[in-house]
Amino acid sequence: MNKKFLILEDLKNGELITMNTFLLSKIEVGSHLYVNFGENLHLHGETVFVSSFVIALLTLFLVLGTSNLQKVPGTLQNVAEVIYELVKSVALTQMGPSYYSQFLPFVATIFLFVLGSNWSGALIPWKLIEIPEGELAAPTNDINTTACLAILTSLTYFSAGLKIKGLGYFARYVKPSVFLLPINVIEDFIKPLSLNFRLFGNILADELVVAVLVSLVPIIVPVPVMVLGLFASSVQALIFATLAAAYIGEVIE
Amino acid sequence: MVSEIISAASVIAAAVAVGFAGLGPGIGQGNAAGQAVEGIARQPEAEGKIRGTLLLSLAFMESLTIYGLVVALSLLFANPFVGA
Repeated sequence: MNKKFLILEDLKNGELITMNTFLLSKIEVGSHLYVNFGENLHLHGETVFVSSFVIALLTLFLVLGTSNLQKVPGTLQNVAEVIYELVKSVALTQMGPSYYSQFLPFVATIFLFVLGSNWSGALIPWKLIEIPEGELAAPTNDINTTACLAILTSLTYFSAGLKIKGLGYFARYVKPSVFLLPINVIEDFIKPLSLNFRLFGNILADELVVAVLVSLVPIIVPVPVMVLGLFASSVQALIFATLAAAYIGEVIE
Repeated sequence: MVSEIISAASVIAAAVAVGFAGLGPGIGQGNAAGQAVEGIARQPEAEGKIRGTLLLSLAFMESLTIYGLVVALSLLFANPFVGA
């Protein structure tokens, strides 16, 4: 029963590594298609593939939606405008009018990528494509993707604080009083951890619930749960963006 | 023998983690939804704003349950205490 989906320990050189996984009614948790580059670089093939697909799709949508702008917008431009308004209002309420425009691209990127990857798992019939190990699903149900997003958020608010406040940024750690220093430092580690687990857990839970229901009753019954999952994952994307904006706003206020 | 005990304890721990993680957020979400309904009944024109805030805060409470779920899943699928 030795199953590790975070850390790869027993490596064999130069071949696809199959992990020992646990089957829960035909659902595999923690099995990945490992693609090896050299000794120490291993990629989760299915995650990288689906996330590059999502990125390509988003790029295509944004290019098509924002080229040839009209006074009376067409469908794509309308959708792009709705998303822009939403992300702008999030950034504006969290960061205030003087700084929000600097960090709007970051927040919008996070929002679009998380939304696109969450929905790609449910809306695109990946299960039709068989791969040797693991299965194609939302990239955000791999903890490495969400960890990367969370660490990016952390780095962004650090650099935002240092850029806008200079060394005065570190005064934040001894406010409101000096003996809160350890708690303030720990908070910096808690923030990315909770961002990471929130997104990862929600998406994994969504997909597990759908998969369990599909294995019990294959038709009709899972559909409402899938719709609920779509809604929940869009809310998660909004929350990730809101929290990223809030963390940046907290630092630069 | 020891590994069987650890496995059994892990399964029980996973169940307890999910169960108790559902308890608090359940109460909290009930409170929040109740207050929101009260707010809408008192001031129906503010429904949109209340709904948005409610959904956001519900998702925050939900994330506490999800932490419990993550702990349970890692106990079941990636247990650090079993084997090498």
